[in-house]
Amino acid sequence: MAASCTVDGVVAAIRKVAATVEEHRDELVNLDREIGDGDHGENLKRGFTAVLSKLDNPGETPAAVLKLVASTLISTVGGAAGPLYGTAFLRASSAVGQETELTAESIVAALGAALNGVVARGKAEPGDKTMVDALGPAVAAAQESGSGDIAAVLSAAAEAADKGAQDTIPLVARKGRASYLGERSAGHMDPGARSTALLLRAFADAAS
Amino acid sequence: MTRVGLVLVSHSAKLAEGLADLAGQMAPDVTIRAAGGMPDGGLGTDFDAVSAALDEAQQGAGVVILYDLGSAKMTAELAVEMLGDPNTAVVADAPFVEGAVAAAVAAQGEADMDRVLTAAVTSGAAHGESPEPVSSGAEEFVLTNDVGLHARPAALLARTVAELNAKVILRFAGKQADAASVLALMGLGARGGDRVEVSATGPDAREALQRVGDLISRGFDE
Repeated sequence: MAASCTVDGVVAAIRKVAATVEEHRDELVNLDREIGDGDHGENLKRGFTAVLSKLDNPGETPAAVLKLVASTLISTVGGAAGPLYGTAFLRASSAVGQETELTAESIVAALGAALNGVVARGKAEPGDKTMVDALGPAVAAAQESGSGDIAAVLSAAAEAADKGAQDTIPLVARKGRASYLGERSAGHMDPGARSTALLLRAFADAAS
Repeated sequence: MTRVGLVLVSHSAKLAEGLADLAGQMAPDVTIRAAGGMPDGGLGTDFDAVSAALDEAQQGAGVVILYDLGSAKMTAELAVEMLGDPNTAVVADAPFVEGAVAAAVAAQGEADMDRVLTAAVTSGAAHGESPEPVSSGAEEFVLTNDVGLHARPAALLARTVAELNAKVILRFAGKQADAASVLALMGLGARGGDRVEVSATGPDAREALQRVGDLISRGFDE
């Protein structure tokens, strides 16, 4: 339980995310094999492994850490997740400015900025069976939680993202590689929505 | 004059390089850079490679980027946003192969960045649909070279037309093609000895007819 989060807290959260990605690599690969090109788990793992190698010199502020994550993901991920997560972390970094300690309020703002960035980059709308279907509900839940506690905000976001990811199962993909499958994309969870939910769960676990 | 450069972003190194060869064949003076695949040789789009290609292709007249699939587009857009001046490059929503060839030919003809972009994005519709009304006279010419409107002659013709402010349409065997599109011209299937009808609209229509007529009569200098 915490009302604020320093640069060390952000670094710890990113390490937690990297561990989660590593742990769920095969699951994401398998989800992506069903309706995509099968590289999502491996791409994200490569990206966050590269992030880990840079976290010993993370910078002075939470914004600097988030920007480091962004540029590393952009340069190393390869698939759509690179520019999408890269943009999300980049916008989150801009949103928190030069704050040395993040508050629940600034985290809500960062999540909202990340969502706007992903929507601008990928042009996906809710219901297109993409990571927007997890991140959108997560942002809404974080905003509605109205809590001053970081763990409570992130926990609400993670729960909504998880439900959002589950809700992509019956959807027909309208964006991304899965959209080439048309109706055949229904019946599978979107790997991007799943990884978004995993990332938010890792952030929530790190804060609790 | 500096020409607009091209960057071809693909998930596959082979695809990007092959397309650079293909487009370069028709545009010898255009800087075309392939940015395909990941550094380890795998499939994917490499942001750093795209950014480097963007720098290399920039000759001062701008860069048009073509991409193969969705995430390549996102990588390309991100690379443009991160340029010192994002107005010096543009991502074309165009068919990858046809768009690259059309853009290369337009760039070879010293078209500016907007016109190269237009050449790319309109390339997909180039086959058979050119419903422009004819406002100048139409003339008929007999193709005197053996191969007719094959790749090199078609590229020469498109280049000749690109320099002028005129829309030029060729008609043959019930089909029509915009002369700005190499692929549409080749799609006419006109061979040596065939008779094609040429019409032009726009301020330079007369000049365009004249130049196209000269080019055909010279047998495309073959």
